[in-house]
Amino acid sequence: MASIAKHVESLGAYCITAMEQTGRTFNMLLQVLWELLHPPYRFYPIVRQMYFIGARSLTLIIVSGVTIGMVLGLQFYNILQRFGSVELLGAGVALGVIRELGPVMTALMVVGRAGSSITAELGIMRITEQVDALECMAISPDKFLIAPKVVAGLLSVPLLTMVFDFVALFGGYFVGVKMFGVAEGSYWNGMTDAVEWQDVRLGLEKSFVFGVLVTLICCSRGFYMHLTKAGSQGAEGVSSATTDAVVLSSIAVLFSDFLIGALA
Amino acid sequence: MTGNTPTTNAITIRDLVVDYGPRRILNGINLDVPHGQIMVIMGQSGAGKSTLLRCILGLKKPTSGSIQMLGTDIATASRKEIYKARKQIGVAFQGGALFSSMSVAENIQLALHEHTDLDEKTIQIMTRIKLDMVNLLEAENLMPSELSGGMAKRAALARAIIMDPKLLFFDEPSSGLDPSTAAELDQLILTLKKGMGITIVVVTHELDSIFKIADHIAVMKDGNLILTGTPQEIIDSTNPEIQGMLNRKPRETIVDTDAHLRRLTGDF
Repeated sequence: MASIAKHVESLGAYCITAMEQTGRTFNMLLQVLWELLHPPYRFYPIVRQMYFIGARSLTLIIVSGVTIGMVLGLQFYNILQRFGSVELLGAGVALGVIRELGPVMTALMVVGRAGSSITAELGIMRITEQVDALECMAISPDKFLIAPKVVAGLLSVPLLTMVFDFVALFGGYFVGVKMFGVAEGSYWNGMTDAVEWQDVRLGLEKSFVFGVLVTLICCSRGFYMHLTKAGSQGAEGVSSATTDAVVLSSIAVLFSDFLIGALA
Repeated sequence: MTGNTPTTNAITIRDLVVDYGPRRILNGINLDVPHGQIMVIMGQSGAGKSTLLRCILGLKKPTSGSIQMLGTDIATASRKEIYKARKQIGVAFQGGALFSSMSVAENIQLALHEHTDLDEKTIQIMTRIKLDMVNLLEAENLMPSELSGGMAKRAALARAIIMDPKLLFFDEPSSGLDPSTAAELDQLILTLKKGMGITIVVVTHELDSIFKIADHIAVMKDGNLILTGTPQEIIDSTNPEIQGMLNRKPRETIVDTDAHLRRLTGDF
């Protein structure tokens, strides 16, 4: 009986912690929106974060985009060949990439490359009193540290998604047209016939949401590290907060992908 | 130092209580810090010095009590009011807390960029003046990772005084420094008080520094303020706990050896 009570107690504690963290993340979003509406407006920090989140992720996005496009081209070709419909290869690759894989894979790549760094950076700033120093200089950490990252995430992830989509289509083209001899015209025409503006819009909407979600969760896990168990664990705590941020962001991306897809 | 009227003090603390869950960290602290003086808050590790400092800076909300800092009650003030009060203070943290992605000069200039409309040339000149005051002019373009412990503390001090604050806080300024660097830092603190008329609050347990720089000393133990007074009053105190701290005696240890043995073996 005592053992059951202990399990229920720990489950309750876990739920309370999860709710607290969700509340803090939502509160952070409100703070960021509030700070963005009030002067001074500084664009350089946003550009700097866009360079970090966006430009420095470009190689990874191009490599993964081409690879995913090639894998899709290969799998679709094998399936479509069974039904004698290889002329639909372009449409299949394009719809798969633009509606689903482009935004999701880009967001997951950004989580792995930039999101983990954001959490580690803010976590280290927290444990070395740099965040307290900012507060004591009457500089809002929400404005100075968080807002540029969230805005950069909002702008960079859709841009990276476009790059991902573009190179993935060429990955599919390379496998389908160059390797398996699908007619070039049917690949591109099938694509332009099948893809509608609402598919592109859905992909972009997803990438905007993912951009904000990923940066917000990663910022929140690092920034509020001192309020969690990890806060008292120094370097190990930073490592644990970073892992949590990556896992949570990835789950949030996949779950919100389902929600947006279902609501669209 | 208690009982003075708030107007004569830069900081007035009354009945300050801080609880962390069931643990009481500060137990009804009353303290006055007069304008233009150096107040040293001393005590052993775990006495509550850092928590007290965090409360004064508005980084920790107290459970109850009031903290008047330069006319603002930090315990009850809004975020906006706390930020307004913070523009008049400078803080030098224990490890420096320099922003690692910025050079020393950029660290120092940050508050000027954020809170003033001064042109770049003026900001640079002001930065160099402050760096010169802390003998760190040569480190202007270095990154924090390239500084020694003493240099990082001096850079943090330059950053703390860039806005010409009315109140300056030091958290363990000489910890981890060799005796001569610590002495240099003490001299700097005294120079700042004389030259700029700043009220200074220092949290430390370094006895050599304390008696060199303090106008007033507040002694803390287990969350209580056990005595405040001038350095001479502290030296003359007959309180055995204070004498123990001054004579660097180890803390009172185990009294009930049987109970302690039971605790170690898990036999409660």
